[in-house]
Amino acid sequence: MSATAFLAMVRKDLQLFFSDRRSVIVSFAVPIFIGAFIGSLTNDMGNSSRPMRVKVAIADLDNSDISKAVIASAQGDSNLTITVATAEEAREQVRKGSIVAAVIIPKDFGEKAGNAFFRGADVKKPELAVLFDPSRAMEAGMVRGVLAQHVMQSVAQSVFSPGSASNFAQRGLEQIERSDMNPDQKRLLRDMLTSVQRFYNQNGSSATQRPSAGLFSMPYTVHEEEVTSGQRIPYNGYAHAFAGMGIQFLLFAALNLGIEMLLERQRGMWKRLRSAPISRYTLLAARATSATIVSLMTLLVSFGFAMLVFKVRIQGSVLGFALVAISCSTMAATFGLLVAAVGNTPGTARGVSTLVVLVMVMVGGAWVPTFVFPEWMQRLTVVVPVRWAVDGLDATTWRGLPLSSAIAPTLALLGFTVLFGLITVTRFRWEEA
Amino acid sequence: MLEVRSLRKAFGPLVAVDEVSFAVLPGKMTGLLGPNGAGKTTTVSMIAGLIAPDRGQVLIGGQVLSGDTDAKKRKIGLVPQDLALYDELTARDNLRFFGALYDLSGDALESAMASALKLVGLADRARDRVKTFSGGMKRRLNLAAGLLHDPDVLLLDEPTVGVDPQSRNAIFDNLEELKRRGKALLYTTHYMEEAERLADRIVVIDRGRVVADDTLAGLHATVAPNVPGGPVSLETVFLTLTGRSLRD
Repeated sequence: MSATAFLAMVRKDLQLFFSDRRSVIVSFAVPIFIGAFIGSLTNDMGNSSRPMRVKVAIADLDNSDISKAVIASAQGDSNLTITVATAEEAREQVRKGSIVAAVIIPKDFGEKAGNAFFRGADVKKPELAVLFDPSRAMEAGMVRGVLAQHVMQSVAQSVFSPGSASNFAQRGLEQIERSDMNPDQKRLLRDMLTSVQRFYNQNGSSATQRPSAGLFSMPYTVHEEEVTSGQRIPYNGYAHAFAGMGIQFLLFAALNLGIEMLLERQRGMWKRLRSAPISRYTLLAARATSATIVSLMTLLVSFGFAMLVFKVRIQGSVLGFALVAISCSTMAATFGLLVAAVGNTPGTARGVSTLVVLVMVMVGGAWVPTFVFPEWMQRLTVVVPVRWAVDGLDATTWRGLPLSSAIAPTLALLGFTVLFGLITVTRFRWEEA
Repeated sequence: MLEVRSLRKAFGPLVAVDEVSFAVLPGKMTGLLGPNGAGKTTTVSMIAGLIAPDRGQVLIGGQVLSGDTDAKKRKIGLVPQDLALYDELTARDNLRFFGALYDLSGDALESAMASALKLVGLADRARDRVKTFSGGMKRRLNLAAGLLHDPDVLLLDEPTVGVDPQSRNAIFDNLEELKRRGKALLYTTHYMEEAERLADRIVVIDRGRVVADDTLAGLHATVAPNVPGGPVSLETVFLTLTGRSLRD
């Protein structure tokens, strides 16, 4: 291999890249802009000091102690922003998309919920209506879970509070007697409710002093902690956003490399290159090298900007980050060669490869995390290089993992590099008639 | 200097070049003529090493040319029909790149660039981007790029397509100068008057086969010897040899 020719080809590609200032600006600025935009969204979602609060409206048609307690409890929840509205207002807000969900507490909810507390299937339970925006089903699911906690807590506290426990117990005893459950079950329930009545009759004065505490409460509290690279190091959503967008634009830059090679073939440039005493592998290797350098620069400029402006840090292994970035760049470079090898014309190659890149970045987790996909698709994404690149960059930046976490992504990306390179070498149209 | 022996190339069932043989001597220009699809470009591509022949040989200075990295390829310069230049680079940067492909560097490269630019009359535009050049200037630079490594054999594939008469004449002058320097030139063209003016020998190829290989006078003598009113034009000779039916 002639070093002079090889270096000249690499230098020429870099000269061409930097000679088009608009293209350079687009290559560097667009991933920064989009990464900053997406990062600003995801960063807010993940910032523990300002938790993502889901807007929920509650319409209280019951106006009982229990329904008021449910509302008060929900209003104290850091995950929810609760507004009280009429049923019609609540429904309309959900329809407009201004809130995620609305909860309608029906009339007599408190009474019926208290009665149903001990009786399971025998008693008609009150129906709590949850209206939700179908486009935000994930958040609605979260609302259901959080709401169940507040309702259970409020109903339990009310049922076992000094003021009403004896009444609920008495009504429960009456219902048990009327029911057709088997005698053993009746006896056990009767014993329990009688014990409750006796407890409140004997301890009425002292229990009344602590009405809000009640006898029962949720058996646990929750301590929430973001698991990042270390304690008191908050999640930085920009790290993932810049990784995803950086990789996306590497692939688009590589795609352009492939298109440019096809255009060069059309312009007869390859005839001139091939007429020189240079091996085919030198020609491809020089292209791969220049594309790797451009890709690496794009990635490093993006991350450099994110580090300066958005305080993204390589919390894990710096060497690991470098390995992933380099292998990601070689993968992107050989992907560009692959486009040139399998593309017939610049037009068709552009259309097909743009689609391929978009699918790769979409299923590879560059836009949205892969966990939102169905399980089968999550398994499938291991065949997408973007998935490995995003995982590797995430691991070494905000997750703060050691060098070992970068080994598998690096090897996978180098594997894709070899695969794309082999296909290129075997499929590249060398003959220039 | 350049000898082509029994070259054959088929693309599937289509035999593009079949048993083509001819030679180009130092200081001489051979015009390779033929209708569209006759096999001229395929022949030139095989000589330049762009495609491998199915059969036959290309000899440079009596030695068989083989393989992409054969050092004998340094003795061949290709001036393709397409303007194989990078518009975004300056003339100098283009030449520096193409020179480096032939391992030229340092003073040797600088000297070669200066000489080539002077020959084609672009020395004063060396630092301008190619995209600012006229069609004729690009053609001349295209020629210069093929000359940098001082090849013994120059393959010129329609080097005057789309240029004005001034640039064409300038290119002709350059080619005459190259002949004087002892270069062997193979010139493909559809312009018969160019071949008449420049070529020392004419090879006419049709349907992949050589149908005539002679000097201009020899062609006149053998193909159209008894035409009233004196010698006919090369175009008449060409049409006599290849017929008047359209080929594409």
